[in-house]
Amino acid sequence: MARMAWFKKERKPRTSERVKLEIPADAWEKCDECGHIDIKERFVRALNVCPNCGHHRRISAQEYIDFLVDEGSWHELDAGLKSVDPLKFESYPERLKLAVKKAGPLEAIRTGYARLHGMPVDLGVMDFNFMGGSMGSVVGEKIARLARRSIDKRIPLIIVSASGGARMQEGVLSLMQMAKTSGVLAEQAFWGIPFVSILTNPTTGGVSASYAMQGDVILAEPGAVIGFAGPRVIKQTIGQDLPAGFQTAEFLLEHGMVDAVVPRSELRDTTAQLLRHMAGRRPAEAAD
Amino acid sequence: MATHTLDFERPLLEIERQIEELKKMGGAGGDGASRSSDLAPLEKQLAELRAEIYRKLTPMQRVQVARHPKRPYPLDYIRLVFTDFVELHGDRLFGDDPAIVGGWARLDGQTVMIIGTQKGRDTKENLRRNFGMAHPEGYRKALRLMQLAEKFHSPVLTLIDIAGAHPGLGAEERGQAGAIARNLIEMAALRTPLIATVTGEGGSGGALAIGMADRVLMLENSVYSVISPEGCAAILWKDATQKERAAEALKLTAQDQLTLGVIDEIIPEPTGGAHADAEAAAEILAEALKRHLRELMKLRTAKLLKRREEKYLSIGAFTEK
Ligand SMILES: [Zn+2]
Repeated sequence: MARMAWFKKERKPRTSERVKLEIPADAWEKCDECGHIDIKERFVRALNVCPNCGHHRRISAQEYIDFLVDEGSWHELDAGLKSVDPLKFESYPERLKLAVKKAGPLEAIRTGYARLHGMPVDLGVMDFNFMGGSMGSVVGEKIARLARRSIDKRIPLIIVSASGGARMQEGVLSLMQMAKTSGVLAEQAFWGIPFVSILTNPTTGGVSASYAMQGDVILAEPGAVIGFAGPRVIKQTIGQDLPAGFQTAEFLLEHGMVDAVVPRSELRDTTAQLLRHMAGRRPAEAAD
Repeated sequence: MATHTLDFERPLLEIERQIEELKKMGGAGGDGASRSSDLAPLEKQLAELRAEIYRKLTPMQRVQVARHPKRPYPLDYIRLVFTDFVELHGDRLFGDDPAIVGGWARLDGQTVMIIGTQKGRDTKENLRRNFGMAHPEGYRKALRLMQLAEKFHSPVLTLIDIAGAHPGLGAEERGQAGAIARNLIEMAALRTPLIATVTGEGGSGGALAIGMADRVLMLENSVYSVISPEGCAAILWKDATQKERAAEALKLTAQDQLTLGVIDEIIPEPTGGAHADAEAAAEILAEALKRHLRELMKLRTAKLLKRREEKYLSIGAFTEK
């Protein structure tokens, strides 16, 4: 026993473990990517980017809204839009209820207007927690209305995507939301109103094959999986493992498919800078 | 023929066999009059049974008909419906995708741009055409041809029969998502009439990539779906053999799309499906295309574009509180 105590005493605890004794267990978080353990507070302050390896964790639509736009400037739009079950698809209503419980009642995208560096913007942010960010009729309608507002008020549009693709439970209606949003965005492009598309992990399927890839400028978060076919389907089709880094934001940058890979901490300023360029405005200082 | 008979078509085989036998006997020197009097009721029975079977197809059987290896493909319709076809190749960027064909042709005395997805008839052709599953260069070729049509004020007609966009390394490397997205936003603004017809499989994004149009038509036994029944079953129930259940749930038939407001018209097929009589199928298709084309050609471009945008804006189902 004494011998054990001696060993214990001699063993030099790592800093984190010592602190652990003083901080409650739920105040700690671990990075899924590198295993780094840190105080939750530090993850939060870094916008849920691992302080050690830079891995971007998935965050909610609300969290994007919080750090992207000027404080107190957010006004939610079309919060009353709700999905129905047009195909009478088995267990869709139950899945919707679960999604609302998990992610809130605002569907797989939240839309609204706000200010960014003082500039008025229309912003849509998808929420992967709501049925995998799947695009159904509500997502299509919210984007269409937001883009319409953007055209009518001559306000730049920003869409943050996070989606596995079209919502199977709404069948071809969900597929057609790709065409629906493209229709309004084509008109928006015609009027020369800037559209910045921000791709987060993951952006695949029908969303990547429509508005997400139609931005005047397309930014992607580091490490985000972006592509049309999902990695699992491709793997199954070709019958071999996918090359390392396949379909990541960096892979798309290398192949010329996105404009830039931008860390979460820089998204706000980079987007503002881009909008100033596209609107022909002067740099930040001059725009208060 | 027998090798391509679908399981639900099997009852027809027996009658067909009897008819064949009677004909053979007749040919071998039988009594001509009694032969035709024997033949007539059998042929009537065959036609009635075929009509009966095709009237009651389940959604998955509809998928089987849409995938029938003898079903006319876009190049067949191009040959049967149009004249003066000149095929154009290549996207001018990377290559030529044989899974998408297109070129100038004439219909109803008018030059049109016709674009279709193309499956192969045999293994060799299927390898060349990648089973009709397009790559980004295919969608980019299609867009190039559409813009060519726009430049010379020709309407664009597309014929769709595609299982889906190709899920592979090269397709992703070359920006499959971006290529489809680009087609959609360009088709939305294309300053010439667009008519899309699903002739076989309307496979998700791969189909929509040449399927956004002023008029969207579907052949009676074609299907349109956001995902294949097999894929849907694998995701929802981790079991691809549940495809009947998935096909039912996905509402993928032409009638479903008409009910949901996704398409404008169903084009009837000859009894027994388009593969039973390609010429007859082509004739009905030609009539429908001409009719829609005449209507669209009357519209001024601004009105055409406005209606196109409104048409798609109206698609979707939701409530608002
Ligand atoms: Zn980490």
